[in-house]
Amino acid sequence: MDVFLTYLIVFLIGGFVCMIGEMLIIFTNITSARILVVFELTGVFLQAVGAYDYISDFAKAGINVPIIGFGASLAKGAIGAVKTHGFLGIFTGGLTATAGGIAAAIGFAFLFSLIFRSHTKK
Amino acid sequence: MEDKKRNEAYNKYVAAKIPKTKPWPALFNSFWVGGLICMFGQGINDIFLLIFPNLSQQTGWALTLITLIFIASFLTGIGVYDQIGKFAGGGSIVPITGFSNSITSPSIEFKSEGIIYGICVKMFTIAGPVIVFGVASSMIVGLIYWIVGLF
Repeated sequence: MDVFLTYLIVFLIGGFVCMIGEMLIIFTNITSARILVVFELTGVFLQAVGAYDYISDFAKAGINVPIIGFGASLAKGAIGAVKTHGFLGIFTGGLTATAGGIAAAIGFAFLFSLIFRSHTKK
Repeated sequence: MEDKKRNEAYNKYVAAKIPKTKPWPALFNSFWVGGLICMFGQGINDIFLLIFPNLSQQTGWALTLITLIFIASFLTGIGVYDQIGKFAGGGSIVPITGFSNSITSPSIEFKSEGIIYGICVKMFTIAGPVIVFGVASSMIVGLIYWIVGLF
C-alpha cells in the first residue's frame, strides 16, 4: 500500500478514536480513568471475538496506539498462552504480553518523578 | 431535609461555575492531536522495522509503544504533556501516551509526600483501575478460551 495512504488512514482512524473519547468527556462527564478503562475493555472484547487483527491490519497505529491496542494485546496474550500452556495461561498470558508497556510506564514514571519537580499549576 | 435543599443549591452553584467547553473546537482538537500521535507512532514503528528488518510485528509494536511511553513520560516530566492535555483533551488521553502521562503525572505531583507514600502509591491512582480491569478481563477471556478448548 502507498505510504501516504497508510499514514492518512492512521491519522483518520486514530483521530476518530480519540474524538470518541472526547465526546465521552463532553457529553457524559466521565473521568479519564474511566475513559481509559472503557477503551481498554473495547480492545479486549474486539480481540476476544477475533475482530481485532483484521482492524489492526487495516488501521495499523490508528488502533494500536490508542489504549484499545493495549487491551487487545492483553486478550491476545491470554488466548495464546491458554493454547500453549493450558490452564496456567489464564494467569500468565495477559501480563506477559503487556509486560513491556507496563514496565516501561512504571519504570520511566519512577525515574522521571525522581528527576523532575512538580510544575505548579498557574 | 434542609441538608438536601442546601446540597441542591450548592450543586446548582457548582454547575454554573464549571467552565463550559465548546464541543466543536474541543472535538476537532482532540481529533487532529490524537491522529497526529497515532501517525507519530506509525512513523516510529516504520523506523524500527527499517533498522531491524527481522522484527516480528508483535515485537515491533512493543518497541514502538515503549518508545511512545518514554517520550510521554519525559514530556510529562518537563510539564509539556499537561499543556497538550489541556488543549487536546481526549486526543491526549486515549493514546497509550495518555496512559503513560496518567502514571507519571501524579507521581511527580505527590513527590513531596515521599518516595513510598508519594511517588509509589499515587502512581497508580489512574493506572490502577486500568491494570486491574485489564488483568481481570484478560483472565476471563483466557478462561473462556480454555473451557472452549476442552471440548
